[in-house]
Amino acid sequence: MSDSGAPMGADTSERDEFRAYCREWLAGNHPGRPPVPLPLSQLLLDDRRAVEWLQGWQKSAYDAGLVGCDYPVAYGGGGRTDCQVIANEEMHAAKTPYLVNIVGMGMAGPTILFHGNEDVKRELLPPLLSAEHIWCQGFSEPGAGSDLANQQTFARRDGDHWIINGHKVWTSLAHFADWMILLCRTDKGDKYGGLSYFVVPIKAALGNGVTVRPLIKMTGETGFNEVLFDDLVVSDRYRLGAVGEGWKVAMTTLTHERGAAALVNPAAGGMPLEEEGGVRTSSVASLIELARSEPRGVGTAADDATIRDELIQLRIREEAQRQSARRGRVPALTDHPARLPLQAKLVGSELTQDIGALSYQIEGMRSTLHVTDERAPAGGLYPLAYMNSFGGTIAAGTSEIQRNILGERVLGLPKSK
Amino acid sequence: MSQQPENFGFGEDEAMLRDAARKFFEDHYTPDKLHALVASESGLDRPNVAAWNRDHWEQLVELGWPAVCVPEDAGGVGMPLVAAVALAEEVGRAGFSSPLLATFQATCVLNACGTEAARQALRDIAGGTSTSVAITDRRGELGDGNTDVTCARGVLHGEAAFVQEARKADRFVVRARHADGCGLYLVEAGAPGLTIRPDAIVDLTRDQATLTFEGVEAVEAVPPGQGDAAIAQALPAMLCIASADMVGAGEWLLQTTAEYARTRTQFDRPLGFFQAIKHPLVNCMLDIDAAKSLTYNAACAVDHEPERSLAFARMAKAAASDMAAATASRAVQFHGGIGFTWECHVHLFFKRQMHGQVLLGDARHHRALLADGIIGERRGEAA
Repeated sequence: MSDSGAPMGADTSERDEFRAYCREWLAGNHPGRPPVPLPLSQLLLDDRRAVEWLQGWQKSAYDAGLVGCDYPVAYGGGGRTDCQVIANEEMHAAKTPYLVNIVGMGMAGPTILFHGNEDVKRELLPPLLSAEHIWCQGFSEPGAGSDLANQQTFARRDGDHWIINGHKVWTSLAHFADWMILLCRTDKGDKYGGLSYFVVPIKAALGNGVTVRPLIKMTGETGFNEVLFDDLVVSDRYRLGAVGEGWKVAMTTLTHERGAAALVNPAAGGMPLEEEGGVRTSSVASLIELARSEPRGVGTAADDATIRDELIQLRIREEAQRQSARRGRVPALTDHPARLPLQAKLVGSELTQDIGALSYQIEGMRSTLHVTDERAPAGGLYPLAYMNSFGGTIAAGTSEIQRNILGERVLGLPKSK
Repeated sequence: MSQQPENFGFGEDEAMLRDAARKFFEDHYTPDKLHALVASESGLDRPNVAAWNRDHWEQLVELGWPAVCVPEDAGGVGMPLVAAVALAEEVGRAGFSSPLLATFQATCVLNACGTEAARQALRDIAGGTSTSVAITDRRGELGDGNTDVTCARGVLHGEAAFVQEARKADRFVVRARHADGCGLYLVEAGAPGLTIRPDAIVDLTRDQATLTFEGVEAVEAVPPGQGDAAIAQALPAMLCIASADMVGAGEWLLQTTAEYARTRTQFDRPLGFFQAIKHPLVNCMLDIDAAKSLTYNAACAVDHEPERSLAFARMAKAAASDMAAATASRAVQFHGGIGFTWECHVHLFFKRQMHGQVLLGDARHHRALLADGIIGERRGEAA
């Protein structure tokens, strides 16, 4: 990103200049519409053409200095302070697509920066920021979900290398990923103190210690994977943190994943993902449209007093979510810095789920029809969205775990284990 | 369409004012002192007193709080509504018994009048004249034309119900029906012919009364035919003030209950270890934060996006009302046996929340009106 003409520095006027620079660059460099429709989240990407197009966009935003702004220059970053948030706001306003390397930017990058050795930072961070390398996360296992420390994947030391065997599940993006952040066990005698943390070049090892297989969701769709390790050999230089300190390193990853940490994730973008006038199963406005189109008695579902009240409750929650995101950027209106960031995923995923649930009440008997039935209301997308919404309330810490975290970190309640 | 500032218009001045208010209440108005002030008598037949400390009001006037949303050209501070909202939040957090929020409500209405008489009344508020609004009818409704007071040749007859802080206020802004439509009128608390009949209310931190007018001379604040419009214009701001009070009281209930859950042990563990306590308490926090974000958004809209302010304010009041009931209920429940007693402070805030949730319309009321605006009017009876 050395060819960036962006000004440096962190004081107010320089941040204003940076904002103006972002705005100007974005005005001339929007990538337009994608070659194939994009899913609602990067984690659901399943089409290589979409991934490659998104990699092109991230590379160009990175080269211009809009991605990795707050990372040190030595590791391919912009060397700024508190500027990623500005670039994010400008990318959102310019309605650019989301950045494909969400696991890289949101989890792997900060963890490598804080825990990697100098060589590894210089080697891995620049292609991570540019999205040349796609990253995935190897934390969950069949026996380690909410109880994440119950890792069974085992790394055995062999001189300067580690031999890894085990089984990771629910691994989004693994079928496109070059690298994986991997939490695993190095000592079977100590649950939390027996964990270590590695970065693993999985694409290079496909067929040579690594197998990636698609998992089928309850909807019948694919989108995430399981990853099997069979005597995978990894150099010790790719260990992050000391042997036995994997849990501590993993907490760095999770704090960033939950949006409550030092480095801002430049992931969101602002491009509308559905076509104009199409069904948006996560928006209350679309649900109101659905209610207006579903016959009920002499009128429609939109005339039913109880459905109206529930629709408005959802509309209020939708607005509250938007306004809380805004308030989270006003420190004077937040008593605890992590309070609103730690709520975002919980509140958002439960709202999406409740929108899906109400769609059944609105569609009535017609909610029984599958996407392949041409008479299904709104193309049958609502029941599909409702089923998919459980991905949101389960992945990345279930809603129950999120409530534990909020109770413990924000309200100071004792840990539930 | 106009644009709201990203920070809700909540800048350094507003933050300083809010922090000063929080400090004032921490110094002068702890829950112990509040309990001693308003809850010294416990029987069902306790005397109906409006317990408050007039010295505190004098101090607030010195600090300029009643004047924050009075325009500068009427001797006020002229701050945005979010400043009054922040003060209202601290008032709620302290369970403060005073005419301050009633005076904010009156300020909202007087700001919408645009007459010299209203301007003078605002000047008086800035100088310390506490003022309340008498704009609800006997059924507690406050829509257009909802008044049981009539006005003929500047003289009022009839009654206004559910008037807040009536025994603490120096003056009232009264809606009265005239041959040419509703007007708004200013009446002094000691005016001949005015009887302030206190309601016996559950909430110990406020007072409420029915005002009876028997030939009361009144000053016209807006002429007949323009009173309803002034109230309608003021309504979004009034809803914001009422919501902010519940946000503050909700936060007190949350923090107090969390403290109890950290310290009270059963089965050899603090209560908060158990997810049956932890998760519903987190739900209270989510409800408070939603209501707070909606309240600041609505208050900012009043100043910067008036065309959307009513819908935003109804969302805030609906969310805050449901939150108020939820935080009140969970706080008593999670305090267990002690929470059910008079000596525990929780009941003071429980009662304040249950009062606040119905003030100016409850959650269902505002959601039904939002539905008419967002979804469209209901057609017929759906099967």
